[in-house]
Amino acid sequence: MSTDAKAPTAAPVRGRRIPEPSPVIRRSKKSKAPLFLILPTIVVLVAALGYPVGWQLVTSFKKFGLKQQFGVPAEFVGFENYITLLTSSELWIVVGRSLLFCLVAASLTVAIGGLLALLMQRVGTAGRLILQVSMLLAWAMPVVAAMTVWVWLIDWRRGVLNWILVRFGVDAEGHNWLADPISFFMIAIIIVVWMSVPFVALSIYAGLTQISGEVLEAAAMDGATGWQRTRHIIIPLITPVLSIVLLLQLIWDLRVFTQIKLLQDAGGFANETNLLGTYIYQLGVGSGDYGMASAVSVFMLILTIAISWYYVRSLMKEEN
Amino acid sequence: MRRKSIVTGLLTALTVVIALIWVFPVYWMFNSSLLPNSVLQSTTPTFLPIGGSLDNFTAALADGTFFTALGVSLTVTLSTVAAVLIIAFLGALAISRFKFKGRKSFILALLLIQMLPAEGMFIAQYKMMSSVGLLNNLIGMTLLYTAAVVPFTVWMLRGFVAGVPAELEEAAMVDGLSRTQAFLKITFPLLAPGLVASGVYAFLQAWNEFTVALVIMTENQMKTLPLWLRGFVQASATRETDWGMVMAASMLVAVPVIIFFLIVQGKMSSGLVSGAVKG
Repeated sequence: MSTDAKAPTAAPVRGRRIPEPSPVIRRSKKSKAPLFLILPTIVVLVAALGYPVGWQLVTSFKKFGLKQQFGVPAEFVGFENYITLLTSSELWIVVGRSLLFCLVAASLTVAIGGLLALLMQRVGTAGRLILQVSMLLAWAMPVVAAMTVWVWLIDWRRGVLNWILVRFGVDAEGHNWLADPISFFMIAIIIVVWMSVPFVALSIYAGLTQISGEVLEAAAMDGATGWQRTRHIIIPLITPVLSIVLLLQLIWDLRVFTQIKLLQDAGGFANETNLLGTYIYQLGVGSGDYGMASAVSVFMLILTIAISWYYVRSLMKEEN
Repeated sequence: MRRKSIVTGLLTALTVVIALIWVFPVYWMFNSSLLPNSVLQSTTPTFLPIGGSLDNFTAALADGTFFTALGVSLTVTLSTVAAVLIIAFLGALAISRFKFKGRKSFILALLLIQMLPAEGMFIAQYKMMSSVGLLNNLIGMTLLYTAAVVPFTVWMLRGFVAGVPAELEEAAMVDGLSRTQAFLKITFPLLAPGLVASGVYAFLQAWNEFTVALVIMTENQMKTLPLWLRGFVQASATRETDWGMVMAASMLVAVPVIIFFLIVQGKMSSGLVSGAVKG
């Protein structure tokens, strides 16, 4: 679900910035109330995720083949799946591709989102409103609907993209962007960036609007130049927001699935364009090799936790 | 002064151009959905839906499967929103108003679970649902969606609950209200923006979700709108793709959520942005 995650503006930032009002916490020593309050959350999470995570771990140690499709129980093979995976060049190509995709998409998203936030701050109300409404429209588009439109935009015969490129003198007549892995991923990155910039731009803009004009004015009166004000006031204040949106984008872009799957549907060659999500899908749902699919899933879980560890740790620190 | 106004003008022009580029795919969906296929077949695109009609919509709605999918999507989405709001609210209350043993482990677990990629778990979830007979089942689907959204919303609501000082409630109790009354009359209204924001988040997640639905909902009668749209595109692509009809179908999936989003957006962002990044 998280591929499509559209967290509302600044939500993740919120918990970070609000000082914990510790005096108002009721220090009830014997009350069972909090335990009852968290019980529903725990029940739902255990019911929906406890079993799958356990199954995933157990299954990753089992071997699935043709026999298992006829009901023969799979046997335990220890670390065999992991060894096969870690020694296969295919997995490393997919992992490398996923990481590269995620780095490029996330940094582009944050860079463009940041620039647009600055632009929104500089222009008048009318320009800002037009940009914000456009962003909201793009943001609100359901992923599958957005993908369908994009596939139509890049359609090799009658898509408007090729038509426009031809007007600009590019030889794009009848060019199929999805047939080649490089241009496939270029298109995928453009789409992912298009979808995620609104969240980033609006979050950073929200951050910028919180910087009080008085502080900047005071700095100007003390003789700080525009660059000094940017360097010493705006950037430090905006860094927490930037680092959180960047981390969230990294985590979300690592698990991008829907966009890749639907582009593959539309004519990409799956083997050369798989990222981790579609690779697991192909192994498990496609070839019924649950053992290997589970091993890749466990690998992906570990990878995601490793990447997000910094974020989790910084959030936990504020609990102290 | 003159130079400044020129710069402002240029920046405004740039902003408008960027806005147009950004909104173009959305506009193109709208434009193509109104044009007949004969026009879309032309190698020269038509940029305005002049002489357009709603024929594509009629055609996309013709077999009635849209309404089945709409029903499934609405049921799953609304149940998810309701379940998420209740559960996340209680959880948020616990971690922001009480200190208890295991509080930190609970928060750490929430944060880590939030990181679990659905893409790494859908096979296991499929196996689980099939073993308890909940494949193609609205309750099973709602359970999975709720679990996917709850960790983030507990975390998000926690900020809102913490933002309402308990002193307000206590003052009301001094004035003679019971704890429940004080909560309902004082705290609850102040939490409304937070609840709206969490509800919208849950709504968007459930309405747009594709991966889990793709794996769990295999029967035609149980397809959600995103799955319906994908099936529609695939069916149309067996021949020459009927882009007009496909775009009309995309409009049918996108417009409800776009309208909903624009209505609640103001409420949501005012709630969220206020105090979001106070230094």
